[in-house]
Amino acid sequence: MAKIVIDGVEHEVNPDNNLLQECLSLGLDLPYFCWHPSMGSVGACRQCAVMQYRDADDKVGMLVMACMTPATDGAIISIEDKGAKSFRSDVIESLMISHPHDCPVCEEGGECHLQDMTLMSGHNYRRYDKKKRTHRNQYLGPLINHEMNRCITCYRCVRYYGDYAGGTDLSAQASHHHVYFGRHEEGVLESEFSGNLVEVCPTGVFTDKAFSENYSRKWDLQTAPSVCVGCSVGCNTAPGERYGSLRRTVNRYNSEVNGYFLCDRGRFGFDFVNNRDRLLEPVQRVDNTGELLADDQVKALIKEFTTDGTIGIGSPRASNESNFALRAMVGEENFYAGYSDVEHESMIVILDLASDTAFHSPSVREIERADAVLILGEDVTNVAPRIALALRQSVRNQAKDLADQSRIPQWQDAAVRELAQHERSPLSIISPAVSRLDDVACDRVIEALPVVVAMGHQIANKISTSAPNASSSTEHDEVIEKIAEQLKAAKRPLIIAGNSNGSEVIKAAANIARALHDGSDKSVIDLCLLVPEVNSMGMGLMAGAANPLGAGLEKLQSGEAKRVIVLENDLYRRAAKATVDAALTAAAKVLVLDQLPTATTGNADVILPATAFSEHEATYINYEGRAQLSFQVHQSQKQAQPSWRWLCDAEHIDDLVERCSNELSGFARLREVLPAENPFIAGMKVPRQSHRYSGRTAMNANVDVHEPKQMEDKESVMSFSMEGIPSQKDASVLASSWAPKWNSNQSISKFQDEVNGELKQGHVGCLLIERKDSSGSYFEAAPDSTEPSANQLRLVFSYQIFGSDELSARAKPIQARMTDAYIGLSPADAKARDLRQGDVATISPLGSLVVVCIRTGIKAGTALLHCGDGNISPADFSGLIEVEKSATQTTSRGIGNLIVSDFHEKEINS
Amino acid sequence: MSQQVIASTANKARSLSLEEIAEIEHEMTLYPDKKAVGLEALKIVQKHQGWVSDASLLGIAKYLDIPAADLEGVATFFNLVYRQQVGKNVILFCDSVSCWIMGCEGIKGYIKEQLAIDYGETTEDGDFTLIPVPCLGDCDKAPVMMVGPDLHRNLTPEKIDSIIKDYKNKQD
Repeated sequence: MAKIVIDGVEHEVNPDNNLLQECLSLGLDLPYFCWHPSMGSVGACRQCAVMQYRDADDKVGMLVMACMTPATDGAIISIEDKGAKSFRSDVIESLMISHPHDCPVCEEGGECHLQDMTLMSGHNYRRYDKKKRTHRNQYLGPLINHEMNRCITCYRCVRYYGDYAGGTDLSAQASHHHVYFGRHEEGVLESEFSGNLVEVCPTGVFTDKAFSENYSRKWDLQTAPSVCVGCSVGCNTAPGERYGSLRRTVNRYNSEVNGYFLCDRGRFGFDFVNNRDRLLEPVQRVDNTGELLADDQVKALIKEFTTDGTIGIGSPRASNESNFALRAMVGEENFYAGYSDVEHESMIVILDLASDTAFHSPSVREIERADAVLILGEDVTNVAPRIALALRQSVRNQAKDLADQSRIPQWQDAAVRELAQHERSPLSIISPAVSRLDDVACDRVIEALPVVVAMGHQIANKISTSAPNASSSTEHDEVIEKIAEQLKAAKRPLIIAGNSNGSEVIKAAANIARALHDGSDKSVIDLCLLVPEVNSMGMGLMAGAANPLGAGLEKLQSGEAKRVIVLENDLYRRAAKATVDAALTAAAKVLVLDQLPTATTGNADVILPATAFSEHEATYINYEGRAQLSFQVHQSQKQAQPSWRWLCDAEHIDDLVERCSNELSGFARLREVLPAENPFIAGMKVPRQSHRYSGRTAMNANVDVHEPKQMEDKESVMSFSMEGIPSQKDASVLASSWAPKWNSNQSISKFQDEVNGELKQGHVGCLLIERKDSSGSYFEAAPDSTEPSANQLRLVFSYQIFGSDELSARAKPIQARMTDAYIGLSPADAKARDLRQGDVATISPLGSLVVVCIRTGIKAGTALLHCGDGNISPADFSGLIEVEKSATQTTSRGIGNLIVSDFHEKEINS
Repeated sequence: MSQQVIASTANKARSLSLEEIAEIEHEMTLYPDKKAVGLEALKIVQKHQGWVSDASLLGIAKYLDIPAADLEGVATFFNLVYRQQVGKNVILFCDSVSCWIMGCEGIKGYIKEQLAIDYGETTEDGDFTLIPVPCLGDCDKAPVMMVGPDLHRNLTPEKIDSIIKDYKNKQD
């Protein structure tokens, strides 16, 4: 620690940081633009000037940029000095010269960092009365609006988009008064993380286009702390609601998980909540028409389902509470896993590894710290996008080491990048096709899946000879040797795999990690195993290993079970159509709880409407085994209820959490995610609405001129109200970060222990799975026996950030970026089948129609299948498939929206 | 290994000519990093094409495997890299203090009259484009301007007449 004096007061600070960061950590107000807590300093905007004095006798001082000056011991500075203040006021005046006077119509207004800094810097009268420079805006796709006139050229957008997120299609252009931030031509922003521009831009240049169509000011949105349900990372979000519809999602800081950033699925995928097709009433099928059910009828029905002969099928996209309620209702032995049998098998392996003391499942922040990474067989950008963004930071650890050696502070962003040039920490990828992380990979092997697995085992064997070897092939010896050396040499190596394509890849990845563990004096090795859905882990922990979905469906078909309750799940995505059809037809009664109609609800006898993530409080468990609590944001539409409420008598989610903690093995710590016993201040709950929430008594005047009674929330520590004291006592209920003088999301520093630290009274979730099994051993390397015939191709499932997740695929902004189901082929395989880019093909065994997508970065002999949004079920295909040209050639979305670097032919039909 | 230019964009690129490629290849031997060759490549293409079209910009980006957006940043930073079509002869008219003192405003008015173009415009026949530059560094001979690679000093309306005539004749 160092001691510095700021305006006559002595403070303890961290000398490894710069003055701006330390001032903010101390809670002081110092304006800035170009600095960002996760991107360091470049000293571009000159807004954070402070006066620094040589010693106590120095009365004159000199101006320094706080963000570019280290917080060295003994430093004496002044923020309040007259000279510093007037300098900052002049800087903002010049930055603001061409800024339009359009705050009332600007979507940033009210949460604008530029507004805040303008006020803070004391620039309140605009003297410049000449012509302002103006720009043409670009079309940047369906997600982001562009309004360049508002730009103050802080360069944050390109630093985030290019330097941090690795995007290549946004740049700073032109010079002096005409500097422009845009693409080289109009077009969709290619990065999967483009939405963060909305929050990174300190003013309204980049705004949320989807929100724009149904805009509300920040203070008019009803907001609560939530968790993204788009994938298994569990990023923390703050969705906002107004007039009964969910309007937008913004990032909610969690130091261990998402930090300051979300992916575009997470930001724009919430809109399925507003989908017009939402199931809103309990219905019963009577002679092929729907009949509404009254409360007592529902009760009677549920009672009928509590008798023997009922099975329940859980869901990886439903909460722990709902899965638990179903499990408790039908009994553990009758509760079946809600994912495919292939996934079930791999989940057993993953859960087994999750309790092994040799490994650690790293958080997103820990992934950023890895200094050598191997990705085995998984397309991280499309399966767990936020982790891909973290991996881009991990390769910079080499640059940071070099900076340390040269005594350049790590926060000196431009200097560190300049020093490192192309030096990166090793990231190697072995998979069947190119990925969106290849540009930062040092080694990149494209091989058929069985070879990927074999290479994994070979690497393990190379690291420690006690690991079994799988292959005598010497084809990739050089790269295997290199990767093994890199992992061995690393201080914090990381192995990533996932269950997109079965469990063999996971076993190979685990063997590598175990070999590292054995070879490194038993240090704990980071092993990150990705699963696809928000609560895959939670449901996996609840479903017995002997209860895969297939067994449940068989029970129905054989008549052993007569009734089935399907929890928030479309079984046709999980098992082969014929199997599901047979099971549902054989069942005497099928009860489905869900949010939106699916093929499964189409075959239900009873449908009960379930609330979506923003309409109920729930806990989910992410890929690491981290349990997190997501609050209810707004009232559910019509009669939708949390699934657990339909199924059991529990009054309160807390009761269910308590029961989960007591009754389920592995869930003992779940109760820790609940807010502290007494979160109330002065007897008041935490309000979901801001103190400036407008029109409360008038917003429904078109329906009722009387002041409506404020809706009561009997369950939560939050209220549907403006009254109360927001987010001070317990940061787990910090929905909308907002502090005096800081109206934008930059106010988050006021709620952190220190910049980039935990939130005060930190709530980063709770790691459930205890690692206590030290008897783990190597998996046997099972050789792949499938031999494709001349006509057959090896099938590999390909996930897409836009479209592979069932619920977000029903959101309009996501749909605008989706493609049809497609089959990715290498040029040679396409040619052999006389297929051209954009053709429609059929794939065996069902003859399903898919668009042909020829890519040069796919291993010949492998076919990548992307299933689109539900027309094709992954469960219908496995192993080897045949592809041939279809007689019908009509497509709907085509594949024009696909952003990959390796399209083969020139023409892409869209 | 990394393809920085997304395929759908790369397909709009113009194939560079053999001469352009040969010169760019030579430059590549002089720099440690492809990105650094971007500016030289832009100059080479402009030399051959007269200006840098969108298709040319993408052609260079594709050839060097660097992001088109970054290359556009370089191209637009330098105002003598032309991203719009220019005339056969580009007049760089000095528009700075010494020339102001020496009455360049009148000369500029005369050019405007003779060629019927203002700053940033090209004559209908495509012979001349008029562009202001802040200073050509030849203040003691002000007013000055450049036409193509040639510097013309101590400008008078008569000199302008003969310069215009000379360049028109040169092309014929």
